[in-house]
Amino acid sequence: MIDVLSLGGAYALMALGLVIVYGILRLVNFAYGELIMVAGYSMYLVSGSGLPWLVMAAIAVLMAILAGIATDYVAFRPVRAKSVTAVLITSFAFSTLLQNAALLFISPRPRNVPLPKIFSETVQFAGVITPARNLITIAAAVLLLALFSWLMRRSVLGIAMRAAATNFTMARMLGVPANLIISSAFAISGLLAGVVSMLWIGRIGAVVPGIGLEPLLIAFIATVIGGMRSLQGAVLGGFLLAFMDTTLNFTLPQDLLKFRDAFTFSLVILILLWRPQGLIKGPASGERT
Amino acid sequence: MVKNLTTIAILSSLILVLVVTTNLLGVRLFDRIAINLCIALVLVLGLQVFMGNSGILSFAHIGFMGIGAYTTAVLTIPIRMKGMSLPDLYPIVAGIELSPYVAIPIGGLVAAAVAAAVSYPLMRLSDAAAVITSFALLVVLHTVITHWSEVTNGPRTLFGLPRVTDLNLAAGAAIFAIVAAVAFKESRAGLLLRSSRDDEVAAGAMGAHIPRLRWQAFILSALFAGIGGALWGHFITSFSPKAFFLKETFVILGMLVIGGANTVTGAVFGTIIVTVTFESLRALEAGINQTNIFSEQVVGLTEIVLALAMIAVLVLRPGGLFATNEIGALLGRHSRKKENG
Repeated sequence: MIDVLSLGGAYALMALGLVIVYGILRLVNFAYGELIMVAGYSMYLVSGSGLPWLVMAAIAVLMAILAGIATDYVAFRPVRAKSVTAVLITSFAFSTLLQNAALLFISPRPRNVPLPKIFSETVQFAGVITPARNLITIAAAVLLLALFSWLMRRSVLGIAMRAAATNFTMARMLGVPANLIISSAFAISGLLAGVVSMLWIGRIGAVVPGIGLEPLLIAFIATVIGGMRSLQGAVLGGFLLAFMDTTLNFTLPQDLLKFRDAFTFSLVILILLWRPQGLIKGPASGERT
Repeated sequence: MVKNLTTIAILSSLILVLVVTTNLLGVRLFDRIAINLCIALVLVLGLQVFMGNSGILSFAHIGFMGIGAYTTAVLTIPIRMKGMSLPDLYPIVAGIELSPYVAIPIGGLVAAAVAAAVSYPLMRLSDAAAVITSFALLVVLHTVITHWSEVTNGPRTLFGLPRVTDLNLAAGAAIFAIVAAVAFKESRAGLLLRSSRDDEVAAGAMGAHIPRLRWQAFILSALFAGIGGALWGHFITSFSPKAFFLKETFVILGMLVIGGANTVTGAVFGTIIVTVTFESLRALEAGINQTNIFSEQVVGLTEIVLALAMIAVLVLRPGGLFATNEIGALLGRHSRKKENG
């Protein structure tokens, strides 16, 4: 149960980071996984500095935020007014760019990332022994989700973003600065990616150039299950997917377990066909540009 | 009509010139590059048939390339090799050994059949949903190829394919692909599909059956991809499922986008430009690695350049180098202008 919750928390954060950009821009950000990679490598690069871990993590998250904003400037803003396809291709290209830059300038081999001791300890909680990192993940997820929902509901920025997600043209006419909103969406996406990166690397302990692929795919499925345009849907989708993954791990016979990804992705296709909106409908879609 | 023939003639003669010069030069390296170029051309044209005419981005094509390659592998690996390269193969197919020239079209047909079976419902979707499903389809195909050990030797390298793809065969396939792509584009179905690309609602209102049109294009392009994959398999002779995933998707997509997805001319020129750049950069990379200036191997440079080029093209010239007009039409207009002026 704790496994499901902790995995679900991580998945929900990943999905949320993807959907915040999609909701406003209808852009599937393929470079999202690379934001996670950027945070991981920042950790690796500052690891020699001897700073306390929390400071290093903060720097890494900051780097992810900057990378998120860079995505907006490099891959998105110049082609925003053109077709959806163009935007998708540039984000795909930017993702490859970052990944290969890591290959070229750092190394194709995995790099160890410093982790605080608490990540590898186990604790006894409510009668079960569980790795402490699971509890940390749950705590981080709850905290961020709470913060995030407060931000979206109460602050001016959040309200403006939701307005932009509902009807971009109208929001713009009412004086919402489009570029600022879009940049902040990317920044929040980067923030979430940075945190996810810390949690994800906490499981693996090292960073490789291809590290972003798996979280990206997970975020993909979770958002499709939950609803491409709704933030609650993304969170729900994250938890559902974690639940499904864990159950499939226990129930599927060994021979079929290898094909787990095929099953989940077939499910994605089916859901898109049967209920393109996902489980929770988002606001009615407005024009992007 | 004349302009279409001109287009076909010019593009095919480009390939012919390529074949003749390579044969005259007789350098093995150029030979390899030229074959690679022709195979890539088949794949890019396959993608163009679907993407250019329907306007929908598709990631799934490399998956169909994989299907083609593995189909021909299973059919053509010599029986005595099969025990080693595919130890768990089903007994029914284990005894088959076909000529590669038969197996390559079969590879294409199998890819087309798979495409036909799975894709019809997907063709109703447009925009982002269509892209995500095609991405999901790629992941599904990749997972199946990676784990279906009986047929594909799992994630390990599959070896033992006879090497039959030479320059003439590859160039022949490329020319055939050019003709087929132009023919489809100018056919009734292609015309209707292009109208749906430009305005989906209007085309639907005029009575175009959009899902079926897209489906036809998708099958045709999967056929190309399967044949391309099969040719590639007989060229490289050993490969692993890793060869059919995102990196290759990116390269093929880059070729098409840089050249211009909407035209066959764009696909051809994009392939040629990207291949030439790629090969020179790869030579540069190898050169740097040999001199040992850096402690680590230099990798990924080619992809970085391609990514930058793609972004630059999309920003500066969103339609690619040849955005709307085929080369035949461009030349035709040019000569008419001369006559009038």
